[in-house]
Amino acid sequence: MLAIIDYKAGNLTSVRNAFAALGAEATVTRDAATIAAADRLVFPGVGAAASAMANLRALGLETAVRDAVASGKPFLGICLGMQILFEHSEEDGGVDTLGILPGRVRRFPDMPGFKVPEIGWNQVNLQLQTPSEYYFVHSYYAELNPYTVGVTEYAGVKFTAMVKKENLLACQFHPEKSGRVGLELLKAWLAC
Amino acid sequence: MLTKRVIPCLDVRDGRVTKGVKFKHNVDLGDPVEMAVAYSEGGADELVFYDITASAERRPIDIGMVEAVARAVRIPFAVGGGISTLADMERVILAGAEKISVNSLAVKNPEIIREGAAAFGRQCVVLGMDPVRNAKCPCGYEITTRGFREMTGLDAVEWAKRAADLGAGEIVVNSVDADGTRAGFELEITRKIADAVNVPVVASGGAGLPAHLVAAFNEGHADAAIVAGMVHSGDFTIAEIKKELVAANVPTRMSW
Repeated sequence: MLAIIDYKAGNLTSVRNAFAALGAEATVTRDAATIAAADRLVFPGVGAAASAMANLRALGLETAVRDAVASGKPFLGICLGMQILFEHSEEDGGVDTLGILPGRVRRFPDMPGFKVPEIGWNQVNLQLQTPSEYYFVHSYYAELNPYTVGVTEYAGVKFTAMVKKENLLACQFHPEKSGRVGLELLKAWLAC
Repeated sequence: MLTKRVIPCLDVRDGRVTKGVKFKHNVDLGDPVEMAVAYSEGGADELVFYDITASAERRPIDIGMVEAVARAVRIPFAVGGGISTLADMERVILAGAEKISVNSLAVKNPEIIREGAAAFGRQCVVLGMDPVRNAKCPCGYEITTRGFREMTGLDAVEWAKRAADLGAGEIVVNSVDADGTRAGFELEITRKIADAVNVPVVASGGAGLPAHLVAAFNEGHADAAIVAGMVHSGDFTIAEIKKELVAANVPTRMSW
């Protein structure tokens, strides 16, 4: 079973639709037992880090998420779902996040000509693959770290567009909204 | 490098895509879902739908259409028209749209921008504005509402700054004077607003040639540009437009 973790961090319709287009019907869940029973997990997220962390805890899902990552099952974080896997975010005046991945999440600096949020298609330089554009919507970015496998640049900053650590794969961009290249990435993940 | 976006706009009337000049002489162009798929596969970076009859008839937007588009395309899309409450916004987002565009509603009730941004994130809330030239306004442009029918007395740049402060994540500047002319975007007001706010600005109204988009990006400082008649008519494909953007050194997404 493919499960999408719903912790009230944004709309999950697009993620579910993208997997459905690949023939994978996903279960959207807020239930720790369902998360434990799933074969692979998607951890999406749109919104702010502090409320995402608060919702995750209020729903009693923090442990379920940690256990799922530790279990070795394929685990895919998307956007805010990637950011809160790191140790700390500058958002909302600073908030400690899950700390499953080393590193911090920072706000883009104010720079003339660079609007924040970054909205649109930016190039991702992926290891072992030709660069492609993926769709980004974000005001905060994860610093580069030893597990970074995809790098993108905006507002003079090179940041983590994709990170991989064992069974954990996470991306800042939205593969579910990145056209054919995004679907191919999800398809490859389903096969891993 | 972040690329400049090319966004086809589909005006929907009674479930069909139509094109009219200043809301008149509407011509049937096709099925919204089929057109969305065709543009998505043709290289569009995003789509925008305006349910033009929903606003005029003061009825809610066609949610079934939004759901069908969300199932059919894998690129972001915005929906406007017929949205009057936070609950309307939520329905559209849950149906699978990334963004909701508010225009006349936000002028009447600016707090809806703050409420929408707080509920769904500012990236979901797009402010659409229809400025018209008026020398009496400090920036030279006044905001109109209800499909250009009503003047508001609002200065366009002041309104854009206020909307960005309230939480609008993006601003679509649709020039009343240029709309439907296919004679080029209104670069002056586009640039004034793009330089005044720190959120992305989308040029709208007047696109007729690929060179018009080059100008919107280079001279209008826009982050994205809306096209309608020039692509709906078949005069240009998205790929043809993008080739000219590349030739003019505009960062453009070319693999799709």
